[in-house]
Order: sequence, then C-alpha cells, then structure tokens
Amino acid sequence: MFKYFPHTKADVDSMLKTLNIKSIDELYKDIPETVVFNKDYDIPSFMSETELRSHFADLSKKNQELTLFSGLGIYDHYQPAVINAITSRQEFMTSYTPYQPEISQGTLQYIFEYQSMIQTLTGMDVSNASMYDGATSTAEACFMACAVTKRNKILISETLNPNIVNVIKTYLKFKDLTWDFIAEKNGETDFADLENKLDDSIAGVVVQKTNIYGIIEDYQGYSETIKANKSLFIINSDISTLGVLKSPKEDGADIASGECQSLGMPPAFGGPTLGYLATDKAYVRKMPGRICGYTHDLEGRRAFVLTLQAREQHIRRSKANSNICSNQSLMALFVTVYLSLMGKNGLVKVNELSYQGSHYLYDRLLETGKFKDRFNKPFLKEFTLETSIAPETIQTALLQKGIFGGVSLDVFGEKYSGLINFTVTEKRTKKEIDQLVEILEALS
Amino acid sequence: MINYRKMIFELSNSERIGYSLPKSKFNEYKIKDLNSTLLRETELLLPEVSELDVLRHFTNISIKNFGVENGFYPLGSCTMKYNPKINEEMANNSAFKSLHPLQPIGTVQGALEVYYNLQKYLSEISGLAEFSLNPYAGAHGELVGLMIIKAYHEGRGDFKRKKIIIPDSAHGTNPASTVVCGMDVIEIKSNKEGRVDLETLKSVLSDEVAGMMLTNPNTLGIFENDICEITKLVHEAGGLMYYDGANLNALLGKVRPGDMGFDVMHINLHKTFSTPHGGGGPGSGPVGVTEELVKYLPNPRIKKFDDQFYIENSGDAIGRISSFYGNYLVSLRAYAYILTLGKENLSKVGPFSTLNANYVSKALKTTYDLPIDGYCMHEVVFNGLINKDNDVKTLDIAKRLLDFGMHAPTIYFPLLFPQAIMIEPTETESKETIDEFINIMHKIAIEAKENPGKLKAAPTKTPIRRTDEVFAAKMMIFSYKDYLDYVNKRG
Repeated sequence: MFKYFPHTKADVDSMLKTLNIKSIDELYKDIPETVVFNKDYDIPSFMSETELRSHFADLSKKNQELTLFSGLGIYDHYQPAVINAITSRQEFMTSYTPYQPEISQGTLQYIFEYQSMIQTLTGMDVSNASMYDGATSTAEACFMACAVTKRNKILISETLNPNIVNVIKTYLKFKDLTWDFIAEKNGETDFADLENKLDDSIAGVVVQKTNIYGIIEDYQGYSETIKANKSLFIINSDISTLGVLKSPKEDGADIASGECQSLGMPPAFGGPTLGYLATDKAYVRKMPGRICGYTHDLEGRRAFVLTLQAREQHIRRSKANSNICSNQSLMALFVTVYLSLMGKNGLVKVNELSYQGSHYLYDRLLETGKFKDRFNKPFLKEFTLETSIAPETIQTALLQKGIFGGVSLDVFGEKYSGLINFTVTEKRTKKEIDQLVEILEALS
Repeated sequence: MINYRKMIFELSNSERIGYSLPKSKFNEYKIKDLNSTLLRETELLLPEVSELDVLRHFTNISIKNFGVENGFYPLGSCTMKYNPKINEEMANNSAFKSLHPLQPIGTVQGALEVYYNLQKYLSEISGLAEFSLNPYAGAHGELVGLMIIKAYHEGRGDFKRKKIIIPDSAHGTNPASTVVCGMDVIEIKSNKEGRVDLETLKSVLSDEVAGMMLTNPNTLGIFENDICEITKLVHEAGGLMYYDGANLNALLGKVRPGDMGFDVMHINLHKTFSTPHGGGGPGSGPVGVTEELVKYLPNPRIKKFDDQFYIENSGDAIGRISSFYGNYLVSLRAYAYILTLGKENLSKVGPFSTLNANYVSKALKTTYDLPIDGYCMHEVVFNGLINKDNDVKTLDIAKRLLDFGMHAPTIYFPLLFPQAIMIEPTETESKETIDEFINIMHKIAIEAKENPGKLKAAPTKTPIRRTDEVFAAKMMIFSYKDYLDYVNKRG
C-alpha cells in the first residue's frame, strides 16, 4: 500500500470482477506490444516523508540565503504573513479554473478584485486575469498591437531589460513578425530615433519604466507622436512602482504590461510570479487571457463569471487571439491580498522607504570615489553605477559577508560591462547598507 | 458566512491599515524631490482595511470555492489528483524561496540540482533525451515544442514545412499554439472509433508538413492503437511527432512517449505530477525532446559537469521564452512528488487511474450514452443520457452534480459529441468515492426522467445559482471602478 493510493486488494479484485477481467493489464491491450514499457524506471526508490525532509535539508545546505541588493526584475520586498495563510488555503490552492461559477465564487471574486487593483495602478480601462510573467505579457502585448493595427513590426527601446527583449524576440520571430530597436541616449530611450523609425509598418512601440538602468524615463510627447502614426504605445513597468510613478495611462499608453512579483511574492529563483496586462476597452476583444466580469445569479445575488470567452482558444481554436489557457491565478491572489493589506498608503510608503534607502546608498557609493554615475538621471529603488573594480572582485567580497548585489550588468552582454545595478527595498536596514558601502570602499 | 457578498473595497475605512513597515531611516530623501512630471497624479482606488478584515474577507470568499479536499473532482483532461501537503512544505523552504534568480551559481547549487534531477527523471519517464523546465504551462509548452519543430526544419534549410496536422478531437490549445508559432493547421477527422484514420492521415502528408500533434490516449480517453504506424508515416514524410502530455497520467508505468516514436512533448506538472492547479495556475509545462533536438531547447539551460551544476545559453536554442527558470517552485513540488512515489509507485499511477475510469465506464453505460464502447484509459467520455426524451442537457446533469457535493466533469469537450461528459477519476480516488459518484449519476438519470425540472433548476444548494452570462458580456464590468460607474449610472 502507498499513502496516495486508496486501492486495497479487495477493491481491485472487486473492480476487476465487475469488468470481467483478470488483471489491469488487460485494459492496456490497445498498446502495441513492441512499445510496452516492461522495466522499472531508472529513478530512485520511494522515500519516506522523513527521508524526503532530510534530502531537502541536504539540498538546502547547497543554497545560500543572501542579503539582497539585487533587482533587475525580481525584488526582495516585504511579504506579510497573511499572504501565505490565505494563499495556502486548499479552497484556493487546489481548485481548477473557475468554469463552474456556482462553486468557484472565491476564485472569481479575487480575480475581479485583482483586475480592479491592476486597473487602478495602471489607470487603464481593463486588466485581464493575469499572464505567465512580465516578459511574456509584454510579448503578448506586441501580438495585440499587431492584431489591432494589422501591421507587423515592433519598435523596442534599447533600454529594456535584455531578458524581456529576448523573450519578445523569440515570440515575434516564430510568428513571422519583425522588430527594430530604438537607440539609447544617455541611459534613456532616444525620442528622436523613435520619430525617425516610425512609419506605417510599425504596430507598436515598447518602452520600459523604470528601465534597465533603473532610470525613470519621461515620456512627454511619446503618446501624441505614436498615436499620430496609428501605432500602439506599450509601457512595461514593475507594477509596485506605479504606486508613486506616473501611470501608463497618464503617460498615454495603449497597453500596460509587466511583472507583479514585487507585490507580495518571494524571489523564488524567478518563479512562479505573474505578469499583468491592461488596455483600453476598445481593444479588449484583442486581449489574450481570461477576463472576469461582474453579474448576478438567477436570484439576483452578486456573482462573478469568466466572460468574453469567445476570444479564447477553447472556443476559437486556431482563430484565438492567443494560445494562453491558464493564468497565474494563485499568484494573482498573492497580489490581491498584498494590495488589500498595503492599501493606498502602504504601497506609497514601500516606495518611499525604498527610494530613501537607494538614494542614501547612491550618495554613499559616490562618496567613496570608486563609483560614478554615467547618466545622472532620476531613479526610484534601483540605480546603475560605473566602476573600474572587476565584477568578480565585488561579487566575491560581498558573498563573503552574505550579500548579493550590486549585480554586474555584464551578465546581459559586453555592452553593459563596467556597469553595476544596486537595488534597495524597504527591507534593507541602515546597518546592511552601511556594511555594503564599507566592503565596497575597501576594494580596488 | 456562505452569504458573505462584499468586495474588499467595500470594507474600506481611511483610518485603517493592514501592514507594518519599518520607520523611515533617511528622512532627508523624499520621492517628492523627483520632478513632478514623473509622479502619479490620479488617486489609487485601493482598500484601507485592517489585517483581520483581510483574513475574514478572503476566508469567507474561499469557502465558496470547491477544492480537491472538499470532494470528488472528476474533471476530464485535468487530472485533479490529490496535491500532497509535504510538497507544499518543501516549496515553503526559505533556502529555495529566497533565492534571487541572478545569484552566482555557487550559491544556488541545491536549486540547480533540483532542476537538473527533475528534468532527468522526466526524461526517463518519457523516454526522451532531455527536458527544459522553463515553459510556464501546458499551452506554453506546446508553443515552445512547436518552435523547436520549426527551428529543426529551418536548421536543415527546409523553409516550406509550415503545416501541423491535428486531429479534430485535440485540445483547443493545439491549433491555437500552432498559429501563434506562425504555422498552419491541417485538421483531420477522427474515424468512427474516435481514433486517427490512417487513410485520412496519409492523404494530408506532404513535404509541407512540419509535424503532427497528438494526445495519446486521445481526449476520448482512447489509446491510439495505430500509434506506431502513425509515427512511422509522419516520419517518412519528413515530419516530427509532438506529444501533448495532457493525458500522460494514463501511461505512467505502461508506455513512454519516446518509445512510441514521439520527438517532442510537454508534460503538465499540475496534472500528472500533482502540483496544485491554483484556480488556474501557476502550472508548469516542461518540454522534452529527442537527442537530435536537444540543441534547440530554450535558454537558459541547466547542465552538470563533474558534480557542479551550471547555466548555459546557446546560440542554437530557439531563444528565451521566460524571464528566468519557469515556475521554479512548481517544478520543486513535482520533484518532491516523484521522490515520494519512487519508481515502485509511479508505475502504479497509470494502472490505478485506468482501472477507476473503466469501472465508471462500465457502471454508467447502462444509463448514459457511451458513444465508443470498449476499454478506455484514464478517462471516459459519454454523450449525455441514453434517454434523451425530456430535453435534459449535459449542462443540467453537471449542475445537478454540484448539489450532491461533487464537482462536475468536463462538459461539451471533446467537440466530437454534442453532449459530451468527460469523467476522469484519478488514482487517488477510492472505490467508495467512485461508487458514491456512480450512485449519484444514476439518481440524476432517474430524476431526468421523473422530474426534469429539478435538473433544469439546479444547482440550488450552492453559494449562488446559475449566473447571467449575457449581462456580464454586455455590461463589461471588469473592475471595481466599472462597478461604481455602473451603480452611479443606474442611480
């Protein structure tokens, strides 16, 4: 017997008897004998619960939990204890997609609340129920722009995080769509280059705020220029920053996309997180993914349902907007619980504390004389400095004290060599920041 | 509190907070110092509530949900098996949860070992050479697998192979993924046994065919007994075979996709390997390939040299398809599941689930219309009731089941039968549970005859009754802001 299989020998015998067969193997008679797998899998023998715990304890020792001054898409923000208490409830965690609304109001309601929160943060009309991550949501935003404009080329700013760019490129390449880059000028998207490259083949323009260097780009004039060209304006943002920074709507975006990890999720080695996608109501029928709508049941009670499903793959098959089937539903619950707790003031305060810590660190690092700012542009919680100290020297010295970050941007290619990203969230104490500065000050 | 109906926004009181943050340490810096053109102007519509308000709100809405621990969940094609608690405990280990994905490889060897070993185990279970765990979900895996097929042909200098053959019984994601990958769909009709028709298949094969996507057992729960002939024909025509792993559960311990001649596949870890569905994600859709296709797997890849694990990005790869390493903590749960079962118990998953489904099939075919008789695999598809006199639809049967405290099966899929009911009783369900389900289904069949109104009105014992879907689509209220606008307009 095994703990996940309730079948007793008597059960099996009785079921076989009902089926008029002698063994379960008879049910597999359709499998050609030549391909039947008659061996044991070459994987380990079963582990008891205690053995499994000790195996993971051994694996854990091979990881190092570090004090994180790293960002670039994944942030070490505070996660209130309430989040785990709620998201681990089996009613939320083990249920399927809410196709039976009568017994799925829990899921449907939090999706509606999630959509509401993304709506207000982005300022856009409508958010879907979530996407896989910030990079794939931005790639899907590019598809949307092509579908809306019936054009096939995307302009991508050089100041986007290369991990996001690489995902967009893969998606576009296989769908036989094309792209070009908007040059970078002093750490920001070069508006003049954008104007030069806009023509009637351009479906959409993708920028990122804050960008790969942590710079808060200013998009004054962008929306008018892009709209005049009948292209769509796509802004990718780390959602947490929208608590204080100009929203995509205020910047004139047609589609807002990006990563939500910063709202209550652990770094988790990069996943699971979720991506958000929001747009104008005019484009909602071209939007991928699930959408939850408000309605009532036949007794007039408030209810929520998945709606506009005619856009989706299970109905439209090859004519669907996207092949996306699931969302990252449980991660949307993380966001909803987090924002419920933080409210409008808490999110502002998280940004304020992160801003203060990062600016304090920035000033201290410049004072060492070993770092300088190539760009001198405004930033929020992450910034990029130039140094002649070798990245390995920095990394090794910090790791000895259990710290990760500054992160050398050269992981993204030679173009970025000599540049180091520093990120400070509200979790970092003055003591930790001072220690970081002290270690770096001693290097050469 | 099943009658609790508030939205979190409606609990808001501007004096309340639900967080505790550290004091400001560096008061000389202020966001207001930034140029005001960079700052948000519009107010945020977010709730202001206490911590207990939040807990009560979400607890009260959670009890309107139905989870695997509430009761029987026979959703076909979804493999709603028990999601073990020990996997959750392992995934909540801060030694994994706290890792930043850009940390140096020397500090994440344990995390990389889990990734590497899981992809090894999946390769062994599938009979393929190597897996990438980066795809986020089944549909994402399909897209990645098709990208690999396209890259393989183009890598041989063959640019005219842009067509993918898909049976009409396939999941909707198959054709959708094909189109997203820039290829065209050739849909082929199933034969009267619900299987691929070899003559039809032969008639569509050409030098424009990139490959074929197949679910086996197919969505009718039937094994494609001509599978060796199918893969041979497609290979001879120069195409590759894609295995949609949605129904892999049936095959554990019995047959491996690689041995049947498949070249590329995805696995739904949230189905076969017990990771929670989460109300629709996060799932995970690892993609596996034959030796010949390994070089096309997406970046980044995790490799091993001596006893060290490292990360590699290759120029031959299809590219990057995820920010980092996919839904990593989902993979970790699947790894814990495989180690818990071990080779001894993994090989019983397919047989027990198949036994359960055939038992249901045999018991229900006296009252429900079984369009394709014979043994099924891990799931069985009926076409409504045998007695169709009272205009009782599959929808009514499904809704009535909810009143009996069971989740409904998958309905109206596959599309081959107008009143399809697809039942998947996984290996974690006992004979008692299945007998109870069978009894209820018989009871419903009797009700359909004697009191059809009861089915039409169902469900009545659930937190809400049937919903007005036309209103939802017409009014397009997608947020609390929309709701407030609607209420204001209505006056």
